[in-house]
Amino acid sequence: MSKPAIETRYLNLFYDTFHALEDISISIEERKITALIGPSGCGKSTLVRVFNRMNDLIEGVHITGQVLVEGEDIYAPNIDLIELRRKVGMVFQRPNPFPLSIRKNITFGLEIHNTTRKTDYSGIIEESLRSVLLWDDLKDKLDRSALELSLEQQQRLCIARVIAMKPKIILMDEPCSALDPIATSRIEELMQELQKEYTIVIVTHNMQQAARVSDYTAFLYLGKLIEYGETKRLFSAPREKQTEDYITGRFG
Amino acid sequence: MDRHFQRELESLKTTLIKMASIVEENFALALRAVNEKNTELTERVIETDKRIDQLEIEIDDAIIDLLALQQPVASDLRFILAALKINNDLERIGDHAVNIAEATDVLINYPDAIILEEIPQMANIARAMLKDALDSFIQEDPVKARAVLTRDDQIDDLNRQVARKIIENVKCDTKLAELELELARVSRNLERVADLTTNIAEEVIFYIQARIVKHHAEEKKTD
Repeated sequence: MSKPAIETRYLNLFYDTFHALEDISISIEERKITALIGPSGCGKSTLVRVFNRMNDLIEGVHITGQVLVEGEDIYAPNIDLIELRRKVGMVFQRPNPFPLSIRKNITFGLEIHNTTRKTDYSGIIEESLRSVLLWDDLKDKLDRSALELSLEQQQRLCIARVIAMKPKIILMDEPCSALDPIATSRIEELMQELQKEYTIVIVTHNMQQAARVSDYTAFLYLGKLIEYGETKRLFSAPREKQTEDYITGRFG
Repeated sequence: MDRHFQRELESLKTTLIKMASIVEENFALALRAVNEKNTELTERVIETDKRIDQLEIEIDDAIIDLLALQQPVASDLRFILAALKINNDLERIGDHAVNIAEATDVLINYPDAIILEEIPQMANIARAMLKDALDSFIQEDPVKARAVLTRDDQIDDLNRQVARKIIENVKCDTKLAELELELARVSRNLERVADLTTNIAEEVIFYIQARIVKHHAEEKKTD
């Protein structure tokens, strides 16, 4: 592995007394797609939300251990949370564009983060929409409401919104679960494209999707990291019986 | 748990075991046909081979359905891939059994001919290898499968000895050329059966241990 984009060391997370993540040590390689799989409640969404401190918003969350993003301890007291979330963007299960114009959806974050008083965002808008393959369709409709777009386009726009912030890492929590198979396969193709520039961590319930799109797969169960390795190895010859049972559908 | 899929896998295994036992019996029958120079037995071998061909197609169809509809992974995937290859290996062993049995058509013309001792030796080793390879599949026993691999060299050595003796025999008595050529063919078919049996054992190891051992891949692998 080259240098890790994200690294956790003995990470434990509690929701009050509930031990949701137990001693997770994982190293996520940069510019690769890493899939987190496991049954509902295994901690995969919790883990992905650790990477940009989204869990801070939940009351009663307590964390021990270390989480490094590009070598920096993101739970250190002096960390700039706004900068962290710019660097580590997130795409959610249901497309959640703002009820604003397409243009405004892209520039919203830029305006909040703007420190240079820049007002001409046309370059960034084009670049972001091109990278999610929406530019040709939407270049003449930038002032239309984002809510008029199809679900797939909305999800692409949400990805473009993240990309506009020039992140290093994109976290995707079930990004295709609201989409039909064709839209899903287009988003998966897009992920392959994005991987050239960004580190992607995807949480998915869909094991075929994990197998199709990711370079590495981590299997979590009851808050523990059971197995982590190259996707093609994990899906052809898993080392742990629990992984084998889960991916072959013999679980429980 | 996908019970339907598990049942389909069980059913595939059962059909493959059925195919294996028919092939094993037919191979034994072919050897008896040669040993007894009995053309009636040859006819039975040829007839049974049709059933083997039919089963090969049935198994292929079942595998195509499983791959297309179930997208198997991990040991399920390895089992199905191994089954696909074992199915093909068994069908070809069936064909070699027919080739061997057909030697009786020539052998009956030489009622007093003594068959080279190496040929029954090869037959015995090949039969034992086939039995162990199939047992290793049924019992999911990689140790037994590995033991099969070590015996292939014996067959190869015997095959070479047969070739040398046949050349000598033909030089001494050219009238025996037809018989000797037929024996060379039997020997070569036995050698091929042993090779295919080795393939089956390799597939069993792949399925159970996720290790590729054919072409000495294990020794070459550096990690």
